[in-house]
Amino acid sequence: MEAMSMGTFIWTTLGAFLTLCIFSFLYQDNPFYKLAEHLVVGVSAGYFVIILWHNGLQPNLFDRLNDGNWYLLWLDSSKPWYMIPAILGVMMWTRFSRKWSWISRWPIALYMGIATGVAVPLEMKNRVNVQLYSTMKDIEWGSFLGNGLLDGGSGLAELIIFLGTVSALFYFFFSKEHTGVFKGVARFGIWILMIGFGASFGYTVMGRISLFVQRIQYLGDWTKVAWDDVSSGAFIVFWFIVITIFGILAFYEIIRFVNKRGTQA
Amino acid sequence: MKRQLPLVLVFVFGIFMIIQYFVPHESSEWIYEFFLDWIYIIGIFALALGIWSLIRVSYDKIKYRRPNWQYAVITLAGLFFMIWYGFDYGRHFFSAEGLRNYMFVSFFEYILIPIQATMFSLLAFFIASAAYRAFRARSALATLLLLAALIIMLRFNPYLGSVGNYMEEMAIWLLNVPNLAAKRAIIIGVGLGIVATSLKVILGIERAYLGRD
Repeated sequence: MEAMSMGTFIWTTLGAFLTLCIFSFLYQDNPFYKLAEHLVVGVSAGYFVIILWHNGLQPNLFDRLNDGNWYLLWLDSSKPWYMIPAILGVMMWTRFSRKWSWISRWPIALYMGIATGVAVPLEMKNRVNVQLYSTMKDIEWGSFLGNGLLDGGSGLAELIIFLGTVSALFYFFFSKEHTGVFKGVARFGIWILMIGFGASFGYTVMGRISLFVQRIQYLGDWTKVAWDDVSSGAFIVFWFIVITIFGILAFYEIIRFVNKRGTQA
Repeated sequence: MKRQLPLVLVFVFGIFMIIQYFVPHESSEWIYEFFLDWIYIIGIFALALGIWSLIRVSYDKIKYRRPNWQYAVITLAGLFFMIWYGFDYGRHFFSAEGLRNYMFVSFFEYILIPIQATMFSLLAFFIASAAYRAFRARSALATLLLLAALIIMLRFNPYLGSVGNYMEEMAIWLLNVPNLAAKRAIIIGVGLGIVATSLKVILGIERAYLGRD
């Protein structure tokens, strides 16, 4: 492994410190967690400003107007109509004024009109038609069991998918009372939904745990680099940071306890 | 003018965008791309509202020395430094140099990523306690939920030996068959919900986005 430069080491140390700050929330809300929490709010807001400026406004607006002159409000550029969304965008800012905020409804209305108009056919196609089409495939009766009960491509699996989808949809259909045969269909639907929710939950838990393992590995790698590549002193610095965090937390807790006792007395 | 014009705009543009989808001509595609560019630009301008709101809330917190005002300084410092570095110390506004700025990249890699990843990993603990409450086998349906989740969670467990292989096969079947059926029903429901809500907006039945007078 290539030796780490001192600059990278300092940045990695900051990353390790912030990781510990966030983990300190497992004890309770505390100043270190608050510090990291407020820092990430500011930094991520700034990050999105820059990304949307350089990757959004730059290619979609500025580059299209840059052959015009600012003192003519870019109306002499080859694509002057791109000034219209810019003006509409600026009109959104009237939201700050109590008197003029109604003007912001025009760009919002345009946005809503275009977005909902695009959504109707696209959502109908992508979410409804495509899913229905995939559900209503011909069931392969010839190889009904395929390579066994757990074969996901067998006719049995296709039948379960079809019946499961229809009955889960029926569970949410309240225009017909769930009695008699319909009660059984809705019951099968809720079973399918519970298996789906269980599988999704298990999947999410494993995803979070793997993220946790990744963060612990980050801290482990940091201590290894600190010990092997930089200096053994850096390793001590790491533990100094850990002890400082927990020391201040303990101090904070003692102060809180003393204050609580004082209030009760 | 204040309420009627926006409703007319939504109706006209909504119906127009629905119709253009069914017109098999390249000019229709051009119009689609053109208006998507428009709403993208308008959307980015709307971001300024959020940023200004963040600045104003943080500034007021500092000015009036509200509880925990010190942290608002950190938020503002993070925001301004990120923007400052993102514009390459204010030298490059109209070129993407700032995206390669050493400090901008380092803030992203060593502040943003570690904090966000750790926040998500914290959920492992909270989701585990939620799982304990949700998975208690109090009824047949809760047992079904518990079993499905257990099979998915245990499928990569190296200590299960040959049982693990069977568990893995079962987990794949669960994900590809009953889970797929449940997901499909939900996706179809969501799709129909989006279409219904969009039509309500276009027809002026849903007007919450206009706000109050």
